[in-house]
Amino acid sequence: MENNGAANHKPGVPATGPHSFGLRHDAWGRLVLIDADGRQYIGVEVVRAFPLSDPRHGIAICDSQGKEIMWLPDLDALPPPLAQQIEEELAKREFVPIVRRIVKVSSPVEPSEWEVETDRGRVSFLLNSEDDVHELDQNRALITDAHGIRYLISDIEQLDANSRRLLERYL
Amino acid sequence: MNGTNEKWDALPAPWREETSVQIEAGETLLAWFDPDLDDRLHYSRGLVLLTGRRLMERREDERGAGHWHSWPLTEGTVLRTVEHGSAAALELVNASGRLACWRFTAAKATAAQRLVQKLASWRRSRQGDSEQPELAVCPSCGAAINADDGCCEACAAGPAKPSLSALLRLASFSRSRGRLIVLGFVLTLAATAAGLVPPYLTIPIVDDVIKPWVTDKIDNSSLAVWYLAGLAAAAILAWALDWAKLYVLAWVSERISADLRAKTYAHLQRLSLEFFGGKRTGDLISRISNDTERLCNFLSINLIDFASDILMIVLTSVVLFSIDPLLALTALCPFPLIVWMVARVRGRLLRGYRQAGAAWGSMTSVLADTIPGIRVVKAFAQESREIERFNASNERVFHSANRLNKVWSRFGPTVTLLTTYGSLVVWTFGIWQIFRGRITLGVLTAFVAYISRFYTRIESMIRMASAVQRASASAQRIFEILDKKSNVPEPVRPIHPGRLQGRIELRGVRFKYGAREVLHGLDLIVEPGEMIGLVGPSGAGKSTLINLICRFYDVSSGAILVDGTDVRSFPVEEYRRNIGIVLQEPFLFYGTIAENIAYGRPNAGRPEIVAAARAARAHEFILRLPCGYDSLVGERGQTLSGGERQRISIARALLIDPRILILDEATSSVDTETEREIQAALENLVRGRTTIAIAHRLSTLRRADRLVVVENGRIAEIGRHDELLGAHGSYARLHQAQMELVHGRRGDGK
Repeated sequence: MENNGAANHKPGVPATGPHSFGLRHDAWGRLVLIDADGRQYIGVEVVRAFPLSDPRHGIAICDSQGKEIMWLPDLDALPPPLAQQIEEELAKREFVPIVRRIVKVSSPVEPSEWEVETDRGRVSFLLNSEDDVHELDQNRALITDAHGIRYLISDIEQLDANSRRLLERYL
Repeated sequence: MNGTNEKWDALPAPWREETSVQIEAGETLLAWFDPDLDDRLHYSRGLVLLTGRRLMERREDERGAGHWHSWPLTEGTVLRTVEHGSAAALELVNASGRLACWRFTAAKATAAQRLVQKLASWRRSRQGDSEQPELAVCPSCGAAINADDGCCEACAAGPAKPSLSALLRLASFSRSRGRLIVLGFVLTLAATAAGLVPPYLTIPIVDDVIKPWVTDKIDNSSLAVWYLAGLAAAAILAWALDWAKLYVLAWVSERISADLRAKTYAHLQRLSLEFFGGKRTGDLISRISNDTERLCNFLSINLIDFASDILMIVLTSVVLFSIDPLLALTALCPFPLIVWMVARVRGRLLRGYRQAGAAWGSMTSVLADTIPGIRVVKAFAQESREIERFNASNERVFHSANRLNKVWSRFGPTVTLLTTYGSLVVWTFGIWQIFRGRITLGVLTAFVAYISRFYTRIESMIRMASAVQRASASAQRIFEILDKKSNVPEPVRPIHPGRLQGRIELRGVRFKYGAREVLHGLDLIVEPGEMIGLVGPSGAGKSTLINLICRFYDVSSGAILVDGTDVRSFPVEEYRRNIGIVLQEPFLFYGTIAENIAYGRPNAGRPEIVAAARAARAHEFILRLPCGYDSLVGERGQTLSGGERQRISIARALLIDPRILILDEATSSVDTETEREIQAALENLVRGRTTIAIAHRLSTLRRADRLVVVENGRIAEIGRHDELLGAHGSYARLHQAQMELVHGRRGDGK
């Protein structure tokens, strides 16, 4: 098994100690993880294991190689400041605009140009095929555009009638 | 007849008499076999009997007379089977040569095999081997059986032929919706009756309003208002009833066809792998989607029309006869002719539609074949050939449809012609009757109105002939699946396995694909928790053995016992829940990674899924995907490498925590680096489970407790790696060959 520098914990079973670590940014803006023993990991990334189905459980902190260093089973079990810090990091990393309104779909056949209003502003994108619109559980839908950018519709029922009509045929 | 042994009665009747003359007193029948070919491989009927004293045969000459020969069962006289494709031979040989030879087709192979085994076991028991009577109960229902039979005759019986016509069998699917169907029928009746009111009202309108005005200038307009209001009301009533009827019946028919689809699919899922091996995917898809859709159309549109047509025709004829029987009789005279024509054209339509259905199925098959195999098509630059192949089957669809159209285009207009002539007859006869003063003008008007309705209905009913045949062809194609019985039958009296220990025992396992026997009597005991490596050349029967252990197929003879119970006694699903399998080509379903890992245990919690993925060394690459465990994979989903897919399938097997683990070339499709990762994952998986692993790379099987070398359907060697190397047998040769491959052929060997 690979030995990964400072990481001499048992591979495959990352530390899950809830309060025994800290996060900070270094002078270059890289995220640094300090574990219970004071070891520092530079340039780590925070990722959700279930970003869509269960975003608040199962958060992994990985090094720059994608090697898992720490596993946090429950975000809400962390002390609030730390949880907030992690959420900020996640927010920086995750770019999934939430669609509030579908303004226009250029044509009934793909590829089609979509114009949508999202929580991050108005945007238009290209949809390659109807298979790129996925219905998720709890009335949600995920749209992947031609560049692989994902857009989330958090509640189909909450969309206005016209948006729902435009979306209907893809679900 | 030999009274001491009832087994003689098992012989077919024509031979029983003749045999009784040949045998000696006290001679018992051990086994018999009826070869069905002669020496020139022409069909004929022979008989070979194995008694406690000798082997006897009855050979038939051209005139059907039987000639008997017999051979004493001396030491060194053995029976053996020799296979040549679908014809095989049973030979009796001794040290000096071949004494006799009987030829037979694959249909008789089991009986021949039984004769060979019987002789061998008889001989063993003669030599004083403590031949215990082998387990002699049917694994399915527990009935006592012949030790060599797989299961009792009742459980082995083939499917009963359905006697009812396919469309009538649909009725069994509609029984659960009986109340709504009755409601629909009542509505149909009411709507039809309401539709008959308006023409009836034309009689008084013509006779009491129009005629008095035209002839005598009598103003009855107050009366006219009432009649017209009646017409309007009748129309509204008919509309409302029609609406209710259509809605109710359409709902029912959608429901029935959905039930049918669900049942067909559920049945299909339970059929054995053997069925899928022999069927083309596209054809099955077309049956479940297309044919049920057609049935639904038939039930929702045609059948309703048909019912209301018949009602209309009956009611109209009643009304016609009540107004004027003679006129009614004339009006109906083309009717029998039309019925006769329908009867004639029916058979041709049914055949045509069946053919069209098959053509459609084969076209879908081309699609189902080439779209998943598109990489091969492109790699060999065979696009144009595939286009041609599709075009050819598309042309077949066209031609089969065209043939139907030819029949129909001739038939349809002929019916129209006849109905036109029908109303011509009414006009002629009616005018003549009016001249003679027998009927009023109002009656003739009503008659003409009725008869036009009548014939419209007849015409639409005729068109039904085609729809009925089309639907019944579809129903046949669906019931063909529903009537299929699984070759891996559920036991009649199941033994519930619960959680197994994992002790596997093979007892004289034989297996045939058609006529070709691929496993020739394997005996092996695997202890719980042991890891067995199966090695041997391709085609030796390793995968077949695994298929038998998983019960994808059933043994031809012999038995596989797990924890001392025949696997055929377990309910299939409960048994398989104890088995985890990792295949060479991992199949991922369309869905998220989490769903794919939890495939065998859909209610597994997320922490369990993560734990399984970790143990399978899949966790980290999953985290690297944009949606983590929520990423979509499978067809249309995220593209994963072979090694990644394999690790997901290992996680899938891990999650169900199986007692028996099957690894079928789990690492052969990946590079060595990935193999190392997968090996590490497998080590977690194998721990504490009975494992049977197939691998071509012998290095993969380092951890195996024992290696079993399979060659030509037999076990050649069993032992540990170094033992086998020391034995200088097949394993040593295989090992040597691989070493040379790995190290190159530098310096000739070591």
